[in-house]
Amino acid sequence: MRKLMMTSASIAVFIGVAACSSTPEPEPVVVDEPEEVVVVEEPEVVVTETLPPVPTGPVKGSLEDFQVNVGDRVYFDLDQYRLAADAQAILQRQAAWLSSYPNVNILVAGNCDERGTREYNLALGERRASVVKNYLVDLGVDPARIQTVSYGKERPIALGSNDDSWAQNRNGFTQLISGAVG
Amino acid sequence: MSTLDWVIPVGESETGSYAMLKRLICAAFVGLLGSLSVATAQLEVVVDRADLKPTPLAIPNFEAIGVDAETSQLISDVIRSDLESTGLFTISPEEAYIQTDLNIEVAPRFADWKIIQSDALVVGTVEQITRDGNDLIRGSVRMWDVYGEELMRFEDSAGRQVSGRRFTTTPEDARRIAHKIADAIYTRLTGEDGYFDTRIVYIAETGPKNARVKRLAIMDADGANVKYLTSGAFTVLTPRFSPEAQQITYMSYEGGIPRVYLYDLRRARQEVLGNFRSMTFAPRFSRDGNSVLLTQATNGNSDVYIMDLQTRQSRRLTDHPAIDTSPSMSPDGRQIVFNSDRGGSPQLYIMNTDGSPRTCPSGGRDVACRITFGTGRYSTPVWSPRGDLIAFTKQTQGKFHIGVIGIDGRGERLLSQSYLDEGPDWSPNGRVITFFREAFPGASPTLWSVDLTGRNLRPLPTPTDASDPAWSPLLE
Repeated sequence: MRKLMMTSASIAVFIGVAACSSTPEPEPVVVDEPEEVVVVEEPEVVVTETLPPVPTGPVKGSLEDFQVNVGDRVYFDLDQYRLAADAQAILQRQAAWLSSYPNVNILVAGNCDERGTREYNLALGERRASVVKNYLVDLGVDPARIQTVSYGKERPIALGSNDDSWAQNRNGFTQLISGAVG
Repeated sequence: MSTLDWVIPVGESETGSYAMLKRLICAAFVGLLGSLSVATAQLEVVVDRADLKPTPLAIPNFEAIGVDAETSQLISDVIRSDLESTGLFTISPEEAYIQTDLNIEVAPRFADWKIIQSDALVVGTVEQITRDGNDLIRGSVRMWDVYGEELMRFEDSAGRQVSGRRFTTTPEDARRIAHKIADAIYTRLTGEDGYFDTRIVYIAETGPKNARVKRLAIMDADGANVKYLTSGAFTVLTPRFSPEAQQITYMSYEGGIPRVYLYDLRRARQEVLGNFRSMTFAPRFSRDGNSVLLTQATNGNSDVYIMDLQTRQSRRLTDHPAIDTSPSMSPDGRQIVFNSDRGGSPQLYIMNTDGSPRTCPSGGRDVACRITFGTGRYSTPVWSPRGDLIAFTKQTQGKFHIGVIGIDGRGERLLSQSYLDEGPDWSPNGRVITFFREAFPGASPTLWSVDLTGRNLRPLPTPTDASDPAWSPLLE
């Protein structure tokens, strides 16, 4: 590197001398300092043209369809098992979807946050699962298609120990256990 | 395990400073029990919680006779560790001992033990013996009242006064000899039943929070000899020991929905308890071991049932649209405490086992009487083996506590506090409560024990994270 820099400096001196050769100007002062050579690498520019993606959604009647277009979880307030308006809206979509795909059977799991004792939460989770089931049945889903289970506080989806995580963990989860497309 | 005691004629009464020692320890106990305890006539000094001074004991290594020194050392260490774990005793350091030529058959030089201020001196031997061609280990112990300068007699299992105690077992059970001897010493000095020769069943936990593996595990009460009873393929929760038999009842997700199971330790077999149509959970044996109380949830409504283990017939005990769960029976079998949110939040209620109305502490008559009225949410009530107290989990102001309350709803006392303290269970003598703790948000669960007075809070070491501890009865 040092050798390279010296060479660069010598070339600069030579060019300077050549440029001034026609004039009787005094010889330029030779600066004996190496010039820094900065190499800037320019990124190679690759231009690719793509067509806009063809809008595709999950296959109708699939698990993904249910998750994306319907919603598989409803949430509960602290120590509550009442269905709020947004939860009811999701369950109405679930009921409609289930009526479109009558071969699908579901397992509704009731879940709780970690701020309760195991046994009480098992009872509360069972209550939440039943509330979801009953709401779906009221909307015309055959109760024979719906199983329920309580996981109490044993199956958290959010792993934090804060209000936001607890809110996510208080839910009724609708799992497709058979009959989905794909 | 066989027991053979040295029976000697009893002609001497308890006199001298040992009587004083015993009075002091009794006074400590009664004082600790506070207003819940009936003061006895002999009580002269009420020792306040903060003032309890542990009683110093000297327990030199037991003499090894025909066994390797490690076995005798192990037994001596376990005895010391058991007694020290109570918080009621300190063990004088071995370096301080002056007399080194102790003989179990000969009175010690009391002056040598007074100098180091040991109130009692424990002298023992560990021998190898052969019986019917089998090599066995025998531990023998005598205890001396140092200041009274006299032998302290034990009471054997048949209630006889004996000069010492002797326990014999197979070499692999050597630790149990130590626990038996420690129980004998504890009982002699406190007047309480021991609890060292016991086991604890619990849930061993491994893996991340969202994919936790929970296995049924059992260990000696001091944490030794951990064994896993289930594979971890299914989540299991809330094991409880039978107070009478080598049986555990617990809840398992094997088969998809939660059901109560029975596990027979002798046969190493499990079975579903009953043929309930829906989820069953929160099991607990009745005090006589003949029934299991449990909860069945039907269409979202949890109610308490009792199942007779002989006939396998079950009877519904509560019939209420609220959550009713976590039942626990009184020692006499007549009453049941349970957890219910029928009043709007989880609280503790007591009912008669036969369902008849009772007069409630708060006035009026009802089938179930609420006994908790403090601020907060109460759950997991467990009736003390002594009958006078109920242990519980309390949740208030963002913290969880283990506490005790009188069966009339009076004298509530909180014994612990952390981010999550949950699931108390009693030692068989009703002196100590074990529970599990997540010390701070995100902390792993570990086992703890605390004296019913709130003293002597200490961790119970386990190889993995652990929860839901439950105590066995004193082993035979």
